[in-house]
Amino acid sequence: MSSSCRRPEHMAPPEVFYNDEEARKYSQNSRMIEIQSQMSERAVELLNLPEDQPCFLLDVGCGSGLSGDYLSEEGHYWVGVDISTAMLDVALDREVEGDLLLGDMGQGMPFRPGTFDGCISISALQWLCNADKKSHSPPKRLYTFFSTLYSSLARGARAVFQIYPENSEQLELITAQAMKAGFTGGMVVDYPNSTKAKKFFLCLFAGVMGVLPKGLGSETADRGVSNQVQFTGQRSRFKNMKGKSAKKSKDWILEKKERRRRQGREVRADTKYTGRQRKPRF
Amino acid sequence: MKLLTHNMLTSHVKGVTKGYPLLIKATEVKVSEVEFNPQFVIRMIPKLEWPSLVQAAAGLGYLNDLPSDLVPDYENNEEFLRKVHRVLLEVEVLEGCLQCPESGREFPISRGIPNMLLNEDEV
Repeated sequence: MSSSCRRPEHMAPPEVFYNDEEARKYSQNSRMIEIQSQMSERAVELLNLPEDQPCFLLDVGCGSGLSGDYLSEEGHYWVGVDISTAMLDVALDREVEGDLLLGDMGQGMPFRPGTFDGCISISALQWLCNADKKSHSPPKRLYTFFSTLYSSLARGARAVFQIYPENSEQLELITAQAMKAGFTGGMVVDYPNSTKAKKFFLCLFAGVMGVLPKGLGSETADRGVSNQVQFTGQRSRFKNMKGKSAKKSKDWILEKKERRRRQGREVRADTKYTGRQRKPRF
Repeated sequence: MKLLTHNMLTSHVKGVTKGYPLLIKATEVKVSEVEFNPQFVIRMIPKLEWPSLVQAAAGLGYLNDLPSDLVPDYENNEEFLRKVHRVLLEVEVLEGCLQCPESGREFPISRGIPNMLLNEDEV
């Protein structure tokens, strides 16, 4: 796991960490902008909003409003909440369409019951797991956040949080508090086999039990019943039993392509020419 | 802050049970053009707390002949929908403050952003 000094939430509280300099990156650094918009796109996809209908959404930890831009593009209306004034200033300068609010998610969401049709949050929830002040208790703050969010969502609405969990305990803490507040749902992991492209989305349902969507690139990872041996009509070949196949052989190439496909990279389709020897005249 | 957001906002100070509607004390108000989307307005009207919207609009001086009771069959009344759209999405409070009706706590608004942060003893 990465060393503690690399995680922003270990450096300073969010309202201090996201100062003018850090906030400027979110309007200038094209790589950061691209990643943020990709994640918002996926989060909105997971929200599964009714098509051709403008919705009223909540963006928690909206920052400079990059995720909100995508929501506006899709024709939705949104309200953003963030704790960093510097980030909100950037959002004002970028003239985002949504309404902005300065607030701390750990203090609860100040909205009437049933207000929003959905909620998204990009890389914000992990900040709640740290106690920045003596009076802060992460489980309590998480519970306050989730319970007030639950009431401010319409029945049947979803909340999608993209998070960078530090370890499994943190993940457990977050989901336990969400369930305690009445949410159902769970984690969706995109590209679970890749270290770089792996993304965690906490998908929560308010009121109605939905079916948890599948993470991208994880088709091969899940089996129907985990404690049963899969039946296959194919005879296991002798070479498969001896561990890895010889380098540059057809099987080696196919295995490598399959592995990279699971990591969510772009891989050419397998054809009859894959891994085939060229004619001797070459 | 748009009046749509104001209509949804409540005070979340410790000990406050209702905390709604927040009283607007505006010093600067701006009206900006926003594209009219009848579908969205129709969807939002049932969610609105109508009396507090009328009260807020009247307080800012942008009542715009909005009736104090909701018009029946508003789905097909475009003139009415346009009026609601204007009040909901085009009128914006830039400077001022919001006051909790129960505790009297004031939430300052600067550059159109209400500051809803609480002190430690209010959580």
